[in-house]
Amino acid sequence: MIEVKNLTKKFDDFVAVDNISFQVKEGEIFAFLGPNGAGKSTTIKMLTTLLAPTTGTMTLNGHDPVREPSAVRRSFGIVFQDPSLDDELTAYENMEFHGVLYDVPDKLRRERIEYLLKFVELWDRRDNLVKEFSGGMKRRLEIARGLLHHPKIFFLDEPTLGLDPQTRNSLWNHLKELNKNEKTTIFFTTHYMEEAERIADRIAIIDHGKIIASGTAEELKQKTNTGSLEDAFLSLTGKSIREESASPNDHMRTMRRAHGH
Amino acid sequence: MKKIYILWLRQIKRYLRSKSRIVGSLAQPLLFLLALGYGFGSVYQKAGEGNYLNFLAPGIIGMSILFTSVFSGMEVIWDRQFGFLKETLVAPMSRFSIMIGRTLGGATVATLQGVLVMLISILFGFHPASWFALLPAVFIMFLTALLFTSLGTMIASFLDDMQGFQLIMNFLVMPLFFLSGALFPLQGLPTALGIIARIDPLSYGIDALRGLLINAGHYGLGMDILVLGAVTLLFLSLGSYFFKKVQI
Repeated sequence: MIEVKNLTKKFDDFVAVDNISFQVKEGEIFAFLGPNGAGKSTTIKMLTTLLAPTTGTMTLNGHDPVREPSAVRRSFGIVFQDPSLDDELTAYENMEFHGVLYDVPDKLRRERIEYLLKFVELWDRRDNLVKEFSGGMKRRLEIARGLLHHPKIFFLDEPTLGLDPQTRNSLWNHLKELNKNEKTTIFFTTHYMEEAERIADRIAIIDHGKIIASGTAEELKQKTNTGSLEDAFLSLTGKSIREESASPNDHMRTMRRAHGH
Repeated sequence: MKKIYILWLRQIKRYLRSKSRIVGSLAQPLLFLLALGYGFGSVYQKAGEGNYLNFLAPGIIGMSILFTSVFSGMEVIWDRQFGFLKETLVAPMSRFSIMIGRTLGGATVATLQGVLVMLISILFGFHPASWFALLPAVFIMFLTALLFTSLGTMIASFLDDMQGFQLIMNFLVMPLFFLSGALFPLQGLPTALGIIARIDPLSYGIDALRGLLINAGHYGLGMDILVLGAVTLLFLSLGSYFFKKVQI
Protein backbone atom coordinates (compact mmCIF):
# COMPACT_ATOMS: atom_id res chain seq x y z
CA MET A 1 0.00 0.00 0.00
CA ILE A 2 2.95 2.30 0.73
CA GLU A 3 6.28 1.79 -1.02
CA VAL A 4 9.29 3.98 -0.40
CA LYS A 5 12.57 3.51 -2.22
CA ASN A 6 15.84 5.37 -1.55
CA LEU A 7 13.98 8.44 -0.33
CA THR A 8 16.20 11.41 0.57
CA LYS A 9 15.36 14.95 1.64
CA LYS A 10 18.03 17.63 2.04
CA PHE A 11 17.50 21.12 3.43
CA ASP A 12 20.54 23.06 2.21
CA ASP A 13 23.37 21.03 3.75
CA PHE A 14 21.29 19.19 6.30
CA VAL A 15 20.12 15.71 5.35
CA ALA A 16 16.80 15.23 7.15
CA VAL A 17 15.93 11.92 5.51
CA ASP A 18 18.81 9.82 4.23
CA ASN A 19 18.14 7.19 1.59
CA ILE A 20 15.35 5.29 3.36
CA SER A 21 13.32 2.42 1.93
CA PHE A 22 10.38 0.59 3.43
CA GLN A 23 7.02 -0.97 2.61
CA VAL A 24 3.68 -1.04 4.34
CA LYS A 25 1.23 -3.72 3.29
CA GLU A 26 -2.51 -3.22 2.88
CA GLY A 27 -4.38 -3.53 6.17
CA GLU A 28 -1.24 -3.31 8.23
CA ILE A 29 -0.76 -1.17 11.35
CA PHE A 30 2.67 0.31 10.99
CA ALA A 31 4.53 2.31 13.64
CA PHE A 32 7.21 4.75 12.57
CA LEU A 33 9.36 5.51 15.60
CA GLY A 34 12.34 7.70 16.28
CA PRO A 35 13.71 10.38 18.62
CA ASN A 36 12.86 14.04 18.03
CA GLY A 37 14.37 15.38 14.83
CA ALA A 38 15.02 11.90 13.44
CA GLY A 39 13.12 12.59 10.21
CA LYS A 40 9.64 11.19 10.99
CA SER A 41 7.65 14.31 10.22
CA THR A 42 9.70 15.09 7.11
CA THR A 43 8.96 11.59 5.81
CA ILE A 44 5.24 11.99 6.50
CA LYS A 45 5.24 15.37 4.77
CA MET A 46 6.78 13.83 1.68
CA LEU A 47 4.32 10.93 1.67
CA THR A 48 1.40 13.32 2.06
CA THR A 49 2.41 15.66 -0.81
CA LEU A 50 3.35 18.58 1.47
CA LEU A 51 7.03 18.37 0.66
CA ALA A 52 8.88 17.31 -2.50
CA PRO A 53 11.68 14.77 -1.98
CA THR A 54 15.24 15.57 -3.08
CA THR A 55 15.68 12.09 -4.58
CA GLY A 56 13.99 8.71 -4.40
CA THR A 57 10.55 7.34 -5.23
CA MET A 58 7.33 6.70 -3.34
CA THR A 59 3.96 5.24 -4.15
CA LEU A 60 0.79 5.34 -2.07
CA ASN A 61 -2.08 3.16 -3.20
CA GLY A 62 -0.21 2.90 -6.51
CA HIS A 63 0.13 6.66 -7.02
CA ASP A 64 3.17 8.90 -6.92
CA PRO A 65 2.80 11.89 -4.55
CA VAL A 66 4.99 14.06 -6.77
CA ARG A 67 3.32 13.36 -10.11
CA GLU A 68 -0.24 12.54 -9.03
CA PRO A 69 -0.81 14.59 -5.87
CA SER A 70 -4.59 14.64 -6.32
CA ALA A 71 -4.93 10.84 -6.55
CA VAL A 72 -2.64 10.44 -3.54
CA ARG A 73 -4.55 13.01 -1.52
CA ARG A 74 -7.78 11.13 -2.09
CA SER A 75 -6.12 7.92 -0.92
CA PHE A 76 -5.09 9.01 2.54
CA GLY A 77 -6.51 10.66 5.64
CA ILE A 78 -4.31 12.30 8.21
CA VAL A 79 -4.28 13.42 11.82
CA PHE A 80 -1.47 15.92 12.23
CA GLN A 81 0.69 16.33 15.28
CA ASP A 82 -0.88 19.73 15.95
CA PRO A 83 -4.63 20.23 15.81
CA SER A 84 -5.68 21.33 12.35
CA LEU A 85 -9.33 22.10 13.05
CA ASP A 86 -10.94 25.49 12.65
CA ASP A 87 -11.73 26.54 16.23
CA GLU A 88 -14.33 29.08 15.13
CA LEU A 89 -16.42 26.49 13.33
CA THR A 90 -18.61 23.81 14.88
CA ALA A 91 -17.69 20.14 14.82
CA TYR A 92 -20.28 19.57 12.10
CA GLU A 93 -19.01 22.48 10.00
CA ASN A 94 -15.45 21.20 10.20
CA MET A 95 -16.67 17.82 8.94
CA GLU A 96 -18.72 19.41 6.19
CA PHE A 97 -15.79 21.56 5.05
CA HIS A 98 -13.67 18.45 4.71
CA GLY A 99 -16.39 16.53 2.88
CA VAL A 100 -16.80 19.27 0.30
CA LEU A 101 -13.05 19.57 -0.28
CA TYR A 102 -12.91 15.82 -0.91
CA ASP A 103 -15.94 15.79 -3.26
CA VAL A 104 -18.08 13.55 -1.06
CA PRO A 105 -21.61 13.92 -2.55
CA ASP A 106 -24.17 15.77 -0.38
CA LYS A 107 -26.34 12.86 0.71
CA LEU A 108 -23.46 10.51 1.36
CA ARG A 109 -21.65 13.28 3.20
CA ARG A 110 -24.51 13.81 5.63
CA GLU A 111 -24.84 10.07 6.28
CA ARG A 112 -21.14 9.59 6.86
CA ILE A 113 -20.79 12.66 9.08
CA GLU A 114 -23.58 11.35 11.29
CA TYR A 115 -22.09 7.86 11.37
CA LEU A 116 -18.57 9.06 12.12
CA LEU A 117 -19.54 11.61 14.74
CA LYS A 118 -21.52 8.88 16.49
CA PHE A 119 -18.55 6.55 16.12
CA VAL A 120 -16.27 8.98 18.01
CA GLU A 121 -19.10 9.92 20.39
CA LEU A 122 -19.33 13.55 19.39
CA TRP A 123 -22.73 13.54 17.69
CA ASP A 124 -24.37 15.29 20.66
CA ARG A 125 -21.76 18.03 20.49
CA ARG A 126 -21.94 18.51 16.72
CA ASP A 127 -23.19 22.10 16.92
CA ASN A 128 -20.63 23.24 19.49
CA LEU A 129 -17.71 25.38 18.41
CA VAL A 130 -14.50 23.40 18.35
CA LYS A 131 -12.79 25.95 20.60
CA GLU A 132 -14.99 24.67 23.45
CA PHE A 133 -13.61 21.14 23.00
CA SER A 134 -10.95 19.46 25.13
CA GLY A 135 -7.76 18.11 23.58
CA GLY A 136 -9.16 14.57 23.50
CA MET A 137 -12.41 15.64 21.84
CA LYS A 138 -10.45 17.54 19.20
CA ARG A 139 -8.38 14.47 18.46
CA ARG A 140 -11.50 12.33 18.13
CA LEU A 141 -13.03 14.89 15.80
CA GLU A 142 -9.87 14.95 13.70
CA ILE A 143 -9.98 11.20 13.41
CA ALA A 144 -13.62 11.29 12.33
CA ARG A 145 -12.78 13.99 9.83
CA GLY A 146 -9.79 12.14 8.43
CA LEU A 147 -12.03 9.13 7.74
CA LEU A 148 -14.82 11.04 6.02
CA HIS A 149 -13.59 10.41 2.49
CA HIS A 150 -12.93 6.70 3.22
CA PRO A 151 -9.15 6.77 2.88
CA LYS A 152 -7.21 3.59 2.18
CA ILE A 153 -4.34 4.82 4.32
CA PHE A 154 -4.61 6.70 7.59
CA PHE A 155 -1.63 8.69 8.84
CA LEU A 156 -1.48 9.64 12.51
CA ASP A 157 1.41 11.79 13.68
CA GLU A 158 1.65 11.41 17.47
CA PRO A 159 -2.12 11.15 17.80
CA THR A 160 -2.08 10.42 21.52
CA LEU A 161 0.32 13.16 22.63
CA GLY A 162 -0.96 14.78 25.81
CA LEU A 163 -4.04 12.58 26.16
CA ASP A 164 -5.01 10.72 29.32
CA PRO A 165 -4.93 6.89 29.35
CA GLN A 166 -8.73 6.64 29.04
CA THR A 167 -8.85 8.75 25.91
CA ARG A 168 -5.85 7.01 24.46
CA ASN A 169 -7.40 3.66 25.04
CA SER A 170 -10.72 4.55 23.45
CA LEU A 171 -8.95 6.18 20.53
CA TRP A 172 -7.00 3.05 19.73
CA ASN A 173 -10.09 0.92 20.12
CA HIS A 174 -11.76 3.02 17.45
CA LEU A 175 -8.75 2.75 15.19
CA LYS A 176 -8.32 -0.99 15.60
CA GLU A 177 -11.98 -1.51 14.87
CA LEU A 178 -11.60 0.51 11.71
CA ASN A 179 -8.50 -1.41 10.72
CA LYS A 180 -10.31 -4.69 11.22
CA ASN A 181 -13.60 -3.78 9.52
CA GLU A 182 -12.44 -1.59 6.66
CA LYS A 183 -8.92 -2.96 6.16
CA THR A 184 -7.64 0.61 6.46
CA THR A 185 -3.86 0.74 6.51
CA ILE A 186 -2.64 2.68 9.53
CA PHE A 187 0.68 4.49 9.65
CA PHE A 188 1.46 6.20 12.95
CA THR A 189 4.21 7.79 14.99
CA THR A 190 4.38 7.94 18.76
CA HIS A 191 6.79 8.45 21.62
CA TYR A 192 4.90 5.95 23.80
CA MET A 193 6.77 2.71 23.20
CA GLU A 194 4.29 0.49 25.00
CA GLU A 195 1.63 1.86 22.67
CA ALA A 196 3.62 0.90 19.59
CA GLU A 197 4.36 -2.51 21.08
CA ARG A 198 0.71 -3.17 21.82
CA ILE A 199 -0.84 -1.80 18.63
CA ALA A 200 1.56 -2.10 15.71
CA ASP A 201 1.91 -5.15 13.46
CA ARG A 202 5.25 -3.88 12.30
CA ILE A 203 7.66 -1.16 13.43
CA ALA A 204 10.41 0.83 11.76
CA ILE A 205 12.87 2.89 13.78
CA ILE A 206 14.43 5.93 12.17
CA ASP A 207 17.34 7.93 13.58
CA HIS A 208 19.46 10.70 12.03
CA GLY A 209 17.44 10.29 8.84
CA LYS A 210 18.20 6.57 8.43
CA ILE A 211 16.06 3.53 9.17
CA ILE A 212 18.16 1.61 11.66
CA ALA A 213 15.84 -1.31 12.34
CA SER A 214 12.48 -2.70 11.36
CA GLY A 215 10.32 -5.70 12.14
CA THR A 216 7.73 -6.80 14.69
CA ALA A 217 8.15 -5.67 18.29
CA GLU A 218 9.21 -9.25 19.10
CA GLU A 219 11.91 -9.23 16.43
CA LEU A 220 13.29 -5.91 17.58
CA LYS A 221 13.49 -7.14 21.17
CA GLN A 222 15.24 -10.33 20.12
CA LYS A 223 17.66 -8.46 17.92
CA THR A 224 18.72 -6.18 20.75
CA ASN A 225 18.37 -8.78 23.46
CA THR A 226 16.05 -6.62 25.52
CA GLY A 227 12.79 -7.22 27.39
CA SER A 228 10.68 -4.32 26.18
CA LEU A 229 10.35 -2.20 23.07
CA GLU A 230 11.40 0.83 25.10
CA ASP A 231 14.70 -0.84 25.99
CA ALA A 232 15.14 -2.03 22.42
CA PHE A 233 14.52 1.52 21.21
CA LEU A 234 17.06 3.00 23.64
CA SER A 235 19.65 0.39 22.80
CA LEU A 236 19.22 1.18 19.08
CA THR A 237 19.09 4.95 19.26
CA GLY A 238 21.29 5.64 22.30
CA LYS A 239 20.46 7.58 25.43
CA SER A 240 21.60 11.07 24.51
CA ILE A 241 18.84 13.65 24.45
CA ARG A 242 18.23 15.27 21.06
CA GLU A 243 18.22 19.01 20.71
CA GLU A 244 15.88 20.41 18.15
CA SER A 245 16.01 24.10 17.38
CA ALA A 246 12.67 25.75 18.09
CA SER A 247 10.65 26.22 14.94
CA PRO A 248 8.23 29.11 14.42
CA ASN A 249 5.58 26.51 15.18
CA ASP A 250 6.89 26.10 18.69
CA HIS A 251 6.87 29.86 19.21
CA MET A 252 3.30 30.02 18.06
CA ARG A 253 2.34 27.14 20.27
CA THR A 254 3.82 28.97 23.23
CA MET A 255 2.01 32.15 22.26
CA ARG A 256 -1.21 30.30 21.87
CA ARG A 257 -0.86 28.79 25.32
CA ALA A 258 -0.06 32.21 26.71
CA HIS A 259 -3.25 33.55 25.15
CA GLY A 260 -5.28 30.74 26.58
CA HIS A 261 -6.54 29.27 23.32
CA MET B 1 -16.34 25.91 -7.63
CA LYS B 2 -18.01 24.36 -4.64
CA LYS B 3 -14.65 24.09 -2.91
CA ILE B 4 -13.95 27.77 -3.45
CA TYR B 5 -17.43 28.51 -2.12
CA ILE B 6 -16.86 26.56 1.10
CA LEU B 7 -13.52 28.31 1.66
CA TRP B 8 -15.29 31.63 1.15
CA LEU B 9 -18.12 30.62 3.45
CA ARG B 10 -15.67 29.73 6.18
CA GLN B 11 -14.22 33.25 6.19
CA ILE B 12 -17.69 34.79 6.32
CA LYS B 13 -18.75 32.54 9.21
CA ARG B 14 -15.61 33.35 11.13
CA TYR B 15 -16.22 37.06 10.61
CA LEU B 16 -19.86 37.01 11.64
CA ARG B 17 -19.02 34.99 14.75
CA SER B 18 -16.36 37.31 16.07
CA LYS B 19 -18.64 40.09 17.26
CA SER B 20 -15.88 41.63 19.32
CA ARG B 21 -13.70 41.88 16.24
CA ILE B 22 -16.46 43.61 14.27
CA VAL B 23 -17.11 46.14 17.03
CA GLY B 24 -13.39 46.55 17.73
CA SER B 25 -12.51 47.28 14.14
CA LEU B 26 -15.33 49.84 13.90
CA ALA B 27 -13.98 51.86 16.83
CA GLN B 28 -10.89 53.12 15.04
CA PRO B 29 -12.59 54.43 11.87
CA LEU B 30 -15.28 56.01 14.03
CA LEU B 31 -12.64 57.80 16.10
CA PHE B 32 -10.93 59.13 12.98
CA LEU B 33 -14.21 60.18 11.47
CA LEU B 34 -15.48 62.05 14.51
CA ALA B 35 -12.25 63.56 15.84
CA LEU B 36 -10.90 64.66 12.48
CA GLY B 37 -14.25 65.25 10.81
CA TYR B 38 -15.61 67.54 13.49
CA GLY B 39 -12.17 68.79 14.59
CA PHE B 40 -11.01 70.10 11.23
CA GLY B 41 -14.54 70.86 10.03
CA SER B 42 -14.50 74.60 10.61
CA VAL B 43 -10.96 75.17 9.28
CA TYR B 44 -11.86 73.23 6.13
CA GLN B 45 -15.05 75.23 5.75
CA LYS B 46 -13.15 78.51 6.10
CA ALA B 47 -10.73 77.41 3.41
CA GLY B 48 -13.76 77.29 1.17
CA GLU B 49 -13.69 73.53 0.60
CA GLY B 50 -17.07 72.74 2.10
CA ASN B 51 -17.98 69.98 4.53
CA TYR B 52 -14.89 68.08 5.78
CA LEU B 53 -16.83 65.17 7.26
CA ASN B 54 -18.38 64.59 3.84
CA PHE B 55 -14.95 64.68 2.27
CA LEU B 56 -13.39 62.49 4.95
CA ALA B 57 -15.98 59.67 5.06
CA PRO B 58 -14.86 57.93 1.81
CA GLY B 59 -11.29 58.13 3.08
CA ILE B 60 -12.23 56.44 6.34
CA ILE B 61 -14.20 53.77 4.46
CA GLY B 62 -11.03 53.19 2.44
CA MET B 63 -8.99 53.00 5.61
CA SER B 64 -11.13 50.34 7.23
CA ILE B 65 -11.11 48.32 4.00
CA LEU B 66 -7.32 48.58 3.83
CA PHE B 67 -6.81 47.44 7.42
CA THR B 68 -9.35 44.62 7.29
CA SER B 69 -8.11 43.31 3.93
CA VAL B 70 -4.43 43.24 4.75
CA PHE B 71 -5.24 41.59 8.05
CA SER B 72 -7.52 38.98 6.42
CA GLY B 73 -4.82 38.18 3.90
CA MET B 74 -2.26 37.83 6.63
CA GLU B 75 -4.51 35.47 8.57
CA VAL B 76 -2.95 32.75 6.42
CA ILE B 77 -0.08 32.94 8.89
CA TRP B 78 -2.34 31.92 11.76
CA ASP B 79 -3.86 29.18 9.68
CA ARG B 80 -0.42 27.98 8.80
CA GLN B 81 0.87 27.94 12.35
CA PHE B 82 -2.28 26.61 13.95
CA GLY B 83 -2.54 23.85 11.43
CA PHE B 84 -5.76 24.55 9.59
CA LEU B 85 -3.89 25.40 6.40
CA LYS B 86 -2.48 21.87 6.36
CA GLU B 87 -6.00 20.50 6.24
CA THR B 88 -6.60 22.44 3.02
CA LEU B 89 -3.16 21.77 1.56
CA VAL B 90 -3.52 17.98 1.75
CA ALA B 91 -7.02 18.13 0.23
CA PRO B 92 -7.43 17.31 -3.46
CA MET B 93 -7.57 20.87 -4.77
CA SER B 94 -5.00 23.19 -6.32
CA ARG B 95 -3.21 25.84 -4.31
CA PHE B 96 -4.54 28.38 -6.76
CA SER B 97 -8.14 27.54 -5.78
CA ILE B 98 -7.22 27.75 -2.10
CA MET B 99 -5.70 31.17 -2.60
CA ILE B 100 -8.72 32.36 -4.63
CA GLY B 101 -11.26 31.05 -2.09
CA ARG B 102 -9.44 32.67 0.80
CA THR B 103 -8.91 35.95 -0.98
CA LEU B 104 -12.54 36.20 -2.07
CA GLY B 105 -13.60 35.46 1.50
CA GLY B 106 -11.25 38.02 3.00
CA ALA B 107 -12.28 40.61 0.43
CA THR B 108 -15.97 40.02 1.16
CA VAL B 109 -15.35 40.46 4.86
CA ALA B 110 -13.45 43.71 4.25
CA THR B 111 -16.26 44.93 1.98
CA LEU B 112 -18.84 44.20 4.68
CA GLN B 113 -16.70 46.18 7.08
CA GLY B 114 -16.51 49.06 4.58
CA VAL B 115 -20.29 49.04 4.14
CA LEU B 116 -20.73 49.13 7.92
CA VAL B 117 -18.43 52.15 8.18
CA MET B 118 -20.34 53.82 5.36
CA LEU B 119 -23.66 53.28 7.16
CA ILE B 120 -22.23 54.60 10.41
CA SER B 121 -20.82 57.66 8.62
CA ILE B 122 -24.27 58.38 7.23
CA LEU B 123 -25.58 58.14 10.78
CA PHE B 124 -23.07 60.79 11.86
CA GLY B 125 -23.83 63.26 9.12
CA PHE B 126 -22.26 61.96 5.91
CA HIS B 127 -24.43 62.90 2.91
CA PRO B 128 -23.85 60.88 -0.26
CA ALA B 129 -24.64 63.03 -3.30
CA SER B 130 -26.87 60.28 -4.65
CA TRP B 131 -28.30 57.13 -3.08
CA PHE B 132 -27.97 55.38 -6.43
CA ALA B 133 -24.21 55.70 -6.12
CA LEU B 134 -24.12 53.38 -3.10
CA LEU B 135 -24.22 50.19 -5.16
CA PRO B 136 -21.35 51.06 -7.53
CA ALA B 137 -19.50 52.31 -4.43
CA VAL B 138 -19.79 48.82 -2.92
CA PHE B 139 -18.29 47.43 -6.12
CA ILE B 140 -15.30 49.80 -5.77
CA MET B 141 -14.96 48.73 -2.14
CA PHE B 142 -14.85 45.08 -3.18
CA LEU B 143 -12.23 45.76 -5.84
CA THR B 144 -10.09 47.66 -3.33
CA ALA B 145 -10.58 44.90 -0.78
CA LEU B 146 -9.54 42.25 -3.31
CA LEU B 147 -6.39 44.20 -4.07
CA PHE B 148 -5.28 44.49 -0.47
CA THR B 149 -6.30 40.97 0.56
CA SER B 150 -4.04 39.63 -2.20
CA LEU B 151 -1.30 41.91 -0.92
CA GLY B 152 -1.82 40.53 2.60
CA THR B 153 -1.64 36.93 1.34
CA MET B 154 1.52 37.78 -0.54
CA ILE B 155 3.13 39.25 2.57
CA ALA B 156 1.99 36.26 4.63
CA SER B 157 3.84 33.92 2.27
CA PHE B 158 7.13 35.56 3.29
CA LEU B 159 6.57 35.70 7.03
CA ASP B 160 7.00 32.79 9.42
CA ASP B 161 4.94 34.16 12.25
CA MET B 162 2.99 37.18 13.39
CA GLN B 163 6.11 38.82 14.87
CA GLY B 164 6.54 40.71 11.61
CA PHE B 165 2.99 42.00 11.73
CA GLN B 166 3.88 45.21 13.59
CA LEU B 167 6.58 45.90 11.03
CA ILE B 168 4.12 45.54 8.17
CA MET B 169 1.59 47.75 9.96
CA ASN B 170 4.07 50.58 10.56
CA PHE B 171 6.10 50.47 7.38
CA LEU B 172 3.49 49.45 4.83
CA VAL B 173 -0.11 49.76 5.95
CA MET B 174 0.14 53.07 7.80
CA PRO B 175 2.05 54.81 4.95
CA LEU B 176 -0.44 53.38 2.44
CA PHE B 177 -3.21 54.98 4.47
CA PHE B 178 -1.65 58.36 5.32
CA LEU B 179 -0.21 59.00 1.86
CA SER B 180 -3.35 58.03 -0.03
CA GLY B 181 -5.34 61.22 0.18
CA ALA B 182 -7.72 59.59 2.63
CA LEU B 183 -7.40 62.64 4.86
CA PHE B 184 -6.57 65.45 2.41
CA PRO B 185 -7.54 66.54 -1.11
CA LEU B 186 -5.25 65.41 -3.92
CA GLN B 187 -5.42 68.83 -5.62
CA GLY B 188 -2.50 71.19 -5.15
CA LEU B 189 -0.26 68.78 -3.26
CA PRO B 190 3.51 69.37 -3.08
CA THR B 191 5.02 67.53 -6.06
CA ALA B 192 6.68 64.75 -4.04
CA LEU B 193 3.52 63.95 -2.08
CA GLY B 194 1.48 64.12 -5.27
CA ILE B 195 3.72 61.53 -6.91
CA ILE B 196 3.67 59.26 -3.86
CA ALA B 197 -0.12 59.47 -3.73
CA ARG B 198 -0.20 58.47 -7.41
CA ILE B 199 1.84 55.35 -6.64
CA ASP B 200 -0.32 54.38 -3.68
CA PRO B 201 -3.11 52.11 -5.00
CA LEU B 202 -5.38 53.07 -2.10
CA SER B 203 -5.54 56.62 -3.55
CA TYR B 204 -7.48 55.28 -6.53
CA GLY B 205 -9.92 53.32 -4.39
CA ILE B 206 -10.71 56.34 -2.24
CA ASP B 207 -10.74 58.67 -5.23
CA ALA B 208 -13.29 56.44 -6.96
CA LEU B 209 -15.44 56.43 -3.82
CA ARG B 210 -15.27 60.24 -3.70
CA GLY B 211 -16.13 60.44 -7.37
CA LEU B 212 -19.19 58.26 -6.87
CA LEU B 213 -20.36 59.38 -3.46
CA ILE B 214 -19.66 63.13 -3.37
CA ASN B 215 -18.87 63.96 -7.03
CA ALA B 216 -15.35 64.99 -6.03
CA GLY B 217 -13.04 62.64 -7.90
CA HIS B 218 -9.58 63.77 -8.90
CA TYR B 219 -8.15 61.15 -11.26
CA GLY B 220 -11.46 60.28 -12.90
CA LEU B 221 -13.50 57.13 -12.33
CA GLY B 222 -12.27 55.38 -15.49
CA MET B 223 -8.66 55.85 -14.50
CA ASP B 224 -9.41 54.71 -10.92
CA ILE B 225 -11.05 51.47 -12.01
CA LEU B 226 -8.34 50.79 -14.56
CA VAL B 227 -5.54 51.17 -12.00
CA LEU B 228 -7.42 49.24 -9.29
CA GLY B 229 -8.21 46.41 -11.70
CA ALA B 230 -4.69 46.18 -13.07
CA VAL B 231 -3.02 46.23 -9.64
CA THR B 232 -5.52 43.70 -8.30
CA LEU B 233 -4.68 41.32 -11.15
CA LEU B 234 -0.98 41.84 -10.55
CA PHE B 235 -1.25 41.21 -6.79
CA LEU B 236 -3.53 38.20 -7.30
CA SER B 237 -1.01 36.56 -9.62
CA LEU B 238 1.95 37.45 -7.39
CA GLY B 239 -0.03 36.30 -4.34
CA SER B 240 -0.86 32.93 -5.84
CA TYR B 241 2.68 32.53 -7.14
CA PHE B 242 4.16 33.04 -3.69
CA PHE B 243 1.38 31.08 -1.97
CA LYS B 244 2.33 28.07 -4.11
CA LYS B 245 5.78 28.21 -2.60
CA VAL B 246 4.57 28.20 1.00
CA GLN B 247 5.92 25.22 2.88
CA ILE B 248 4.48 23.88 6.06
